[in-house]
Amino acid sequence: MNPIEHFGKYLMLLGRTISRPEKFSMYWKECFRQMNEIGLGSLVLISVIAMFIGAVTAVQFAYQLQDSFIPQYYIGFIVRDTVIIEMAPTLSGLVLCGKVGSSIATELGTMRISEQIDALEIMGVNTASYLVLPKIIAAIFIVPFLTIIAAALGIGGGMLATIATGIAPDTYIRGLHSWFVPFNVTLMLVKSVVFAFIITSIACYKGYYASGGALEIGKASTSAVVVASIAVIASDYFIAELLL
Amino acid sequence: MIEIKEVRKSFGDKEVLRGVSTVMEPGKANLVIGKSGSGKTVFLKCMVGLFEVTSGSVVYDGRDFSRMSKKERTKIRTEIGMLFQGGALFDSMTVEENIMFPLNMFTNMTSGEKQKRVDFCLDRVDLKGVNDRYPSETSGGMQKRIGIARAIVLNPKYLFCDEPNSGLDPRTSILIDELLSDITKEYKMTTIINTHDMNSVMEMGDKVIFLHFGEKEWEGTNKEILNSGNDELNDFIFASKFLKELRKGVQGSYGKDLAGG
Ligand SMILES: Nc1ncnc2c1ncn2[C@@H]1O[C@H](COP(=O)(O)OP(=O)(O)OP(=O)(O)O)[C@@H](O)[C@H]1O
Ligand SMILES: [Mg+2]
Repeated sequence: MNPIEHFGKYLMLLGRTISRPEKFSMYWKECFRQMNEIGLGSLVLISVIAMFIGAVTAVQFAYQLQDSFIPQYYIGFIVRDTVIIEMAPTLSGLVLCGKVGSSIATELGTMRISEQIDALEIMGVNTASYLVLPKIIAAIFIVPFLTIIAAALGIGGGMLATIATGIAPDTYIRGLHSWFVPFNVTLMLVKSVVFAFIITSIACYKGYYASGGALEIGKASTSAVVVASIAVIASDYFIAELLL
Repeated sequence: MIEIKEVRKSFGDKEVLRGVSTVMEPGKANLVIGKSGSGKTVFLKCMVGLFEVTSGSVVYDGRDFSRMSKKERTKIRTEIGMLFQGGALFDSMTVEENIMFPLNMFTNMTSGEKQKRVDFCLDRVDLKGVNDRYPSETSGGMQKRIGIARAIVLNPKYLFCDEPNSGLDPRTSILIDELLSDITKEYKMTTIINTHDMNSVMEMGDKVIFLHFGEKEWEGTNKEILNSGNDELNDFIFASKFLKELRKGVQGSYGKDLAGG
């Protein structure tokens, strides 16, 4: 299948997800299960990565400022904006591609190949809807929170790193207070919602249409991660173009 | 009753079913037999609509399944139970949750009623004390039973089983066969069973359909099957050299061999 056929099939799957649930409570339950899985499952990883990214940004900027006339409090300002605009949403997105994307594709791929999806279908369940929709909704709801946490920890990590380089915390905090643009936070949240949708829907597509044997599950999962990562980065660019 | 009329199914240019017509009778175990690759699974999946038929029709008690809107299909699906070749139990759920799933999804029973129904079904398939285990923690035979319990939990009118006793020892196979046979009679279900197990055929083949390369080569009852006079069928039944010899023996030569020839 060529990329255009894939895209068409992907859109058709998304179309099929929109239908009246057989039973709302079951969809809710599944939604909560997924929020738990996606949210709690990735919290530690994203937190650790965000702290280090904030720290690295701070250290590198401090290094570039050495012997320059730019005041040191600029570090706080730069770390804050870099983290909010780009690092927190995009790196969280990429990390989620690897973690959530592969696990969703594997879960659905396994269900497809072991005929669990057929079993649901026979019962009269709209599998496209029941298996895909709760995951997308859960991700769209929970990923912005993860991103906010990532941003906060990134900024915190930057502060720790600055203190470690011998710059006073007050200086860093002064930077944090300077030239704050609330719209950047909106941008961050828009990105996180778009990425959440992209990651889960692509992973669901890859898993849902897996076929063959156990080997194919691995392939579906790998390809979900690859395609979703590219889509995340590409959409990152387009969102920036559109909104900035 | 399910009427199957001239059903054809192709994948690409490979024709797997080549115009199969037959009738699946209510209150009976209708067995579909045939060599591996003869199209049994495809036939079953065409009947339940997991595969769209290329041409022909499948009629459930007067309702033409192959020409139905999605909504009407869903209605019939709630009357269908199916046991898959590999069990197809939901591995993220416990045994109890597996069986309760259709009740949760399609009924408004209270949790007490659901629990009662699940316990009844588990009891019916002779399983107790496994409610909280995960499917991966049960044996192959147990998984088949759990699959049967899940398939019958909504009191289906039609029960489909794909190789219910593949991978089981002969004794357990027979227990599963008896179970399916009993359930079929008890609830007057139209049961369709794919199998290549001759024990099952002799045990419960009220109606046997023999598929050969996607065509219905023969149909009849287990009483007629040994004297069908159909070469392909005989080749299938008397597969081993031993059985072939034994069969010839019945007709003479094997006896002579034994007598010291
Ligand atoms: N999805 C598919 N796409 C293409 N060909 C298929 C597909 N499913 C089955 N076939 C082909 O249809 C033929 C019949 O397969 P089927 O699974 O129905 O055999 P079977 O009688 O159930 O065998 P077994 O006893 O081993 O389960 C095989 O040649 C198989 O390659
Ligand atoms: Mg088969």
